[in-house]
Amino acid sequence: MDDAVNVAGSLRARLALTLIGSAAAIAILLFFVVRTYAAQIAQSGQDSILEASVASILDAATLRDGDVEVDFPYVAFSMLSTDADDRVFYAIWQEETLLSGYELLPVADAPDGGEIVHVSAIFDGAPVRVATAARILVGANTRTRVTVSVAQTQDALAGTLNKISRNVGLIGAGFFILSVLVASWATNSTIRPLERLTHSITRRGPKDLSPVARPVPLEMAPLVTSLNSFMARLDTSLKQSEDFIAEAAHRVRTPLATVRSHAEATLQRVEREDNRQALRSMVRAIDESSRAAGQLLDHAMITFRADHLETQTLDLVELVEDLVTRLAPVAEMKDIALTVISEGAVSVEADSILLQNALRNLVENALKYAPEESEITLEVGASPRPRVEVRDEGPGFPPDQMQGLAARFSRGDNAKDTIGSGLGLTIAQDVATAHGGELTLDNMPEGGACVTFLL
Amino acid sequence: MRYIFALMMWLCPALVLAQDWEDQNAFGPASASSTLRVLSSTDTSLFAPVIEDFLESRSGVAVEYFVTGTAQIDEVFRAAPGDFDVVISSAMDLQLKLVNDGFSVQIDNLDQPDWAQWRNSLFAFTAEPATIVINRAAFAPESVPQTRQELIAAMRARPEVFRGKVGTYDVRESGLGYLFATQDARASETFWRLMEVMGGLDAQLYCCSGAMIDDLVAGELMVAYNVLGSYVAAREDVADMLEIVLPSDFPTIMMRTAFVSSRTEVAEEAAAFVRHLVEMQTGQRNLEAFPLPPLSATTDSTGQAVISLEPALMTYLDPLKRRTFIKEWSSAVIQ
Repeated sequence: MDDAVNVAGSLRARLALTLIGSAAAIAILLFFVVRTYAAQIAQSGQDSILEASVASILDAATLRDGDVEVDFPYVAFSMLSTDADDRVFYAIWQEETLLSGYELLPVADAPDGGEIVHVSAIFDGAPVRVATAARILVGANTRTRVTVSVAQTQDALAGTLNKISRNVGLIGAGFFILSVLVASWATNSTIRPLERLTHSITRRGPKDLSPVARPVPLEMAPLVTSLNSFMARLDTSLKQSEDFIAEAAHRVRTPLATVRSHAEATLQRVEREDNRQALRSMVRAIDESSRAAGQLLDHAMITFRADHLETQTLDLVELVEDLVTRLAPVAEMKDIALTVISEGAVSVEADSILLQNALRNLVENALKYAPEESEITLEVGASPRPRVEVRDEGPGFPPDQMQGLAARFSRGDNAKDTIGSGLGLTIAQDVATAHGGELTLDNMPEGGACVTFLL
Repeated sequence: MRYIFALMMWLCPALVLAQDWEDQNAFGPASASSTLRVLSSTDTSLFAPVIEDFLESRSGVAVEYFVTGTAQIDEVFRAAPGDFDVVISSAMDLQLKLVNDGFSVQIDNLDQPDWAQWRNSLFAFTAEPATIVINRAAFAPESVPQTRQELIAAMRARPEVFRGKVGTYDVRESGLGYLFATQDARASETFWRLMEVMGGLDAQLYCCSGAMIDDLVAGELMVAYNVLGSYVAAREDVADMLEIVLPSDFPTIMMRTAFVSSRTEVAEEAAAFVRHLVEMQTGQRNLEAFPLPPLSATTDSTGQAVISLEPALMTYLDPLKRRTFIKEWSSAVIQ
């Protein structure tokens, strides 16, 4: 029953991983998209300032007496002030001749119409953004082309981008954490019906095979349907086998009684000692068979009653004494004394039929294994829990097998000579368990077995 | 190869020595392990206490202090940036362009307000207004002009007193003079009127504030325009004779700036020197012997009144702009 289930993977882990993985992917994507977009916006901001600067310089270019004069305004560079104190470079060209500025500044080809061209470049070891525009100046008899480039380093831009990256990174991380929380919530709420079903099945009593009645999600319906039908089949099959055992035992007992009475009658008639011996053995065998059948019946009944105990308040001492009275004739046959020790009434809530059955089986066991002319003691106690100890002077339990003896049809190795079904301890234990108690087996130091029936 | 190298090593200082310095001084022990070469436009007399204070706590350091005009500094330094470790100049525009062109290194952990530094490389450590300095002999105490307008009126009223006895910077020679002139021109048209009036009175042109003050003291000049008031104030002997007027119509305030050369081999000492200047002038260290006005004395916390350290300073350094400006200026002043 406790064989490990073959586990491969986890629905929860798979679901959580899928959700968290996609959240991470979206967060990273978000980071890059927003960052790229922000970079474009920041770059276009710098570009437009550079454009204004170029335009204001180009606008100041005039032809005077055939010479190009560029009396550009102070604001042309003043507008390029940034928080990071970016460096500014410029170049003013007339055709292919540098009029002023930085000769090595990379210049893009700009159309004559004043349209502004932007390029990114490296100048003097620093990345710069260059805006370039050109204009044709027309004099009295000259036409000349003036090209203006203004460049700015990108420290402020990089600072802005870093700030944006950090903020977007924080937003992405926040989004991711939120997604993880949502993912774990979603995973739990998806898995919960499954857990609930598991829980409700685990919590059931060992004999409860009724169908699952609680509502379950659509996806689990086929599983629950299969489970229900499986349990129904199991229930039917169990009931059938219990019925079969009870029926079989019942049907065996009646003919056995008939055979026993015939054997007894014959015993009265035969004279020869060896024939009488054979007949006595026969009667004893019939008794054992009859008792085994009785135990089978008891067991089947206990299995049936264990789930719906009919409990009532009863006195354990009275019950034990009653039992001793009934078994006294059998004990006398072996010259065994049955002694009850008690300190007043012990009141318990229990099913009297089951309790009688259990105790009878224990005493019968003791009677069976105890030697002739010995004593069997039944001690009834109330603390800490109601209990009955049955002690005999027999061989005791084999110490290495004590654990398994209460299992069905199991008998100790030293019981081979004694006839028995091996159901006695099982019945007693099943009854104890059904009442929330237990059965413990022990050997006494001075010899003999001691069975404690705890409620 | 080794000979060529040795020859170069020998020639380099020789080239520096060959320069025609206004002044050149060595501070600190001759046996110092490292020598800081400071290129400056500030007179040695004003700067000596600063250098001595700097050297006090540094035993293995010596300072060589070279003084020349602001325009010269730009020229000399561009030609040989490896020959100097720290550059100090009052020509903010030239300094800013040097930094913009990558001749400087950044100095970390030097806290200066944004308006008093550029790129963490160029640090301002004084704020000095351009002033009108008058010879008290030429004016009655109550009629001292307080604005440029009043100065124009005074000169027009008594041309015989001022003819040949008004002076200002020759903007063609002096970097600082050019900076003051361009900033004035940017601020108001009054500047051009003033220049025309001065030109009409045969204005004397000077390379530097010191020379103007000398001529004022000698009585050669009655009025000097755009003189560094700090230089006058530093000279205790002239207080009775000269009066410094801060024009109340609009101020033109220059910040003296310093940066560390990108080619320096004593980066730590050079940065320490600039830090020393800044800390001293921003009140973190008190040095009574230093006669130049600190940043805080003439500016508010935003530095609003000073010429701002921004790329726009490069505008008038553009050769085309300069050519146009000088042409206009010459036609007004020289006539």
